[in-house]
Amino acid sequence: MNLLLLSLFREKKRRRIEELNENMVVDGGSVDHTEWQGRWDHLKKFLERAGPFTHPDFEPSTESLQFLLDTCKILVIGAGGLGCELLKDLALSGFRHIHVVDMDTIDVSNLNRQFLFRPKDVGRPKAEVAADFVNGRVPGCNVVPYPSKCIKCKFHIVVCGLDSVVARRWMNGMLLSLLIYEDGVLDPSSIIPLIDGGTEGFKGNARVILPGMTACIDCTLELYPPQINFPMCTIASMPRLPEHCVEYVRILLWPKEKPFGDGVALDGDDPTHIQWVYQKSLERAAEFSITGVTYRLTQGVVKRIIPAVASTNAVIAAACATEVFKIATSAYVPLNNYLVFNDVDGLYTYTFEAERKENCSACSQVPQDLQFPPSAKLQEILDYLTENASLQMKSPAITTTLDGKNKTLYLQVRTFPTCSRLVIFKLGLVDGQELAVADVTTPQTVLFKLNFIS
Amino acid sequence: RQRTMTDHKTSKEQKYDRQLRLWGDHGQEGLENAHVCLINATATGTEILKNLVLPGIGAFTIVDGHKVSGEDVGNNFFLTSSSIGKNRAQAATELLQELNSDVSGNFVEESPDKLLDNDPEFFHRFSLVIGVQLPESTCLRLGSVLWDAGVPFLVCRTYGLIGYMRLIVKEHTVIESHPDNALEDLRLDQPFTELKHHIESYDLDSMEKKDHSHTPWIIVVAKYLEKWYSEHNSQLPKNYKEKEAFRQLIREGILTNENGTPEDEENFEEAIKNVNTALNPTKVPSATEDIFNAEQCENITSQSPSFWVMAHGVRDFVRNEGNGKLPVRGTIPDMIADSDKFIKLQNVYRDKAMKDAAVVSKHVEALLQSFGKPPESISEQEIKLFCKNAAFLRVVRCRSLAEEYSMDTFNKDEITSCMDSADSEMVLYLMLRSVNRFYQQHSRYPGVYNYQVEEDINKLKLCVNSLLQEYSLNVNVKDDYIHEFCRYGAAEPHTVAAFLGGSAAQEAIKIITHQFVPFNNTFLYNAMSQTSATFQL
Repeated sequence: MNLLLLSLFREKKRRRIEELNENMVVDGGSVDHTEWQGRWDHLKKFLERAGPFTHPDFEPSTESLQFLLDTCKILVIGAGGLGCELLKDLALSGFRHIHVVDMDTIDVSNLNRQFLFRPKDVGRPKAEVAADFVNGRVPGCNVVPYPSKCIKCKFHIVVCGLDSVVARRWMNGMLLSLLIYEDGVLDPSSIIPLIDGGTEGFKGNARVILPGMTACIDCTLELYPPQINFPMCTIASMPRLPEHCVEYVRILLWPKEKPFGDGVALDGDDPTHIQWVYQKSLERAAEFSITGVTYRLTQGVVKRIIPAVASTNAVIAAACATEVFKIATSAYVPLNNYLVFNDVDGLYTYTFEAERKENCSACSQVPQDLQFPPSAKLQEILDYLTENASLQMKSPAITTTLDGKNKTLYLQVRTFPTCSRLVIFKLGLVDGQELAVADVTTPQTVLFKLNFIS
Repeated sequence: RQRTMTDHKTSKEQKYDRQLRLWGDHGQEGLENAHVCLINATATGTEILKNLVLPGIGAFTIVDGHKVSGEDVGNNFFLTSSSIGKNRAQAATELLQELNSDVSGNFVEESPDKLLDNDPEFFHRFSLVIGVQLPESTCLRLGSVLWDAGVPFLVCRTYGLIGYMRLIVKEHTVIESHPDNALEDLRLDQPFTELKHHIESYDLDSMEKKDHSHTPWIIVVAKYLEKWYSEHNSQLPKNYKEKEAFRQLIREGILTNENGTPEDEENFEEAIKNVNTALNPTKVPSATEDIFNAEQCENITSQSPSFWVMAHGVRDFVRNEGNGKLPVRGTIPDMIADSDKFIKLQNVYRDKAMKDAAVVSKHVEALLQSFGKPPESISEQEIKLFCKNAAFLRVVRCRSLAEEYSMDTFNKDEITSCMDSADSEMVLYLMLRSVNRFYQQHSRYPGVYNYQVEEDINKLKLCVNSLLQEYSLNVNVKDDYIHEFCRYGAAEPHTVAAFLGGSAAQEAIKIITHQFVPFNNTFLYNAMSQTSATFQL
């Protein structure tokens, strides 16, 4: 991995240390009432002492700690299972300027692992409660909550504790869009490292992404296989498993019977809704002599619940926070670049270097290849964009330039039903046509080049 | 709308929902009946406990004679500056207790050494003892007491960027190991009578397309296997070539339309795909064989834990009614099929599993009666669960610390072979053993103060060399590691403590619930390289 990135922080640190020295001369030093003797002793050993395994750029200094305490700005995305752990880990590793984003509110089922929340907090925004708790427990720490998507500051490092691949890809795309290229050469000071963690039951992973330099989320999209949905014919007429019965009720029966009124959507968090689905699922199951429908199973299927425990989140968040510390202080060479963890049978870790994809739709900057015969329908292109394992788009919108004018070929909001069935050469598209595709999985439009095949 | 018993979700069920999906209500019950002892409420200790309190452990007791220091508060989420100078056990108990009102927190303001001097039986009451940042001498003393008392002991250490765990438990049985990739138990190589009859009830050749395309692949494979047998002297397809030919045989069975093009028969595609695993000969897995051959299984007494009584019962079944095979598991994977065909097939397996479990029950009952124990001492439910998991049973035996340390029984081979690679995590183990020696000699750890770092390097090197010499270990410990371990100054950085906190807590949950498989027996984590290894020492 390119060690260039360390100059990122060195320069910033050097400037900051100069600032600090200036301030100290003027103020004569400030008294910090939130400190106490020995507070940072555990950390200082890694910041003030030379060692054989440190990063080549590492310089032991008493000011590194000041950089963490006073200057380094970390963005934590998610204040849930991983987020709570991350906030604690960062706060106790010297980071004080932490911003946390989460649009969710606290649910009672969070309490088995999201330890910054209490029963009395149920219903309140996660970001706010988490920030309050950490700030109260760790004096001097200033966690700033964002219960919404709007973050304007610039950060040194971003850490993600998300539960959605779409959100990850979005963040990934955002950081990529901030990269500055001069004459095709990447300006390292525009790189914001992204540490990403994910967990599911007893499995987890942590990875370090240097946008523009190392494998990004989309480079390894195949590591996140798409969610499998049961085929409609199974749900509609050939159920075999209790899950099929629940999906039948959710997808087919609910819209038909509208049990809670017109236009009232199924809310997985409403116990009365789940209760209705549960009863109906039991009836469906009885029809086919299927056993095994329980309330717990019903809720699991409707909400697509992923089992979760405190321990896995603790491990993965800790690994991520260690990486944040390494990168912020140059204390050690960061993880290069992907860690997998599984403690079902003993404890298993596997560390490897995920490789960049040459033609990654997010970070490679080359237009993506689309190969279709001129007789293909636009719908085929749409299917490819959503089904291809490396793209996994959700609802792509396609525009292109025709006769010198920008034309929208497909947009899901206003349906173009006839358009998607149209044969592409009839739309006026030519060989080599550039298509710009927008989708919820990427903040920047992805450029495709349409190549006609016979 | 009628309210039924199953409607009402208690708040505990809601709170613990995400973890109940992993270890079930019975696992949770085990957790809630457990009482864990933590020795030393350092960051590592409180992080471990946090991950036990949150999922609802019944009770914990912190044993710690130390007073809270400024350094302690700096890396520990469960200590505040207002507790500096106060007893660490008490201070940490308050903030850990606050995490979950279902849990009962206790503390003992005493060093473990004092307790070992005055009241070693104090430790007998616990389901598990977790010792954190313990000096070697305390570890060994405590290890001996707990080994004799049969109390599992988990030793944890955060030392700089290194995490260490050692599990000591004489014998830990696991019925529900929840393997990630379990092979199905389909019996296609030796179909039981009821399965044979069920297969016979199908006549693929006379079926309409709809039925043909919705016949479970298990039936398809079984039918074509019969064809194969008739042409191959009743021998299973054995090698790749034969399996390929068998797949082709099935492929030829796919219906074609008027033009001769094959129809879309997903069930046949599934059959072809599953040929590889579906024809595996049914046999008792070696881990289960080992359990059957174990001394505890052979010699059942009135003291035998139910695991061994049931194992003996299943063994009796295997040797008699089972004809060398375990009780049928009773589950089949989902597959393309119409509901009726699938459910009927599933019931064939389920019914056989119930029958087999009932036979095992009889054996178990007979065993219990031979000791004058009522048959209810082991419930039907337990026996059913045991039978269902018969292929996944595991027994973990972790050697004692005495065995690990003894000149006569230490695992020389494992250490030397790992050290063929100078950066193997084994070097971290040797360094931890060396800093322990340092502590014994100097009553402190190396490099705690900046001025000590340089001079301690040589002192630590002497400890390393004396360790290697004493155990006649002809391995090379690079100077870099000696320097690094002096540099650490016995620091306990929070993120490493937190990693270990999660790891150790999950192992503790495995020990308490007897679900999933604990590690055996030494785990090392290197936060510098984000790598880990497990050794059996």
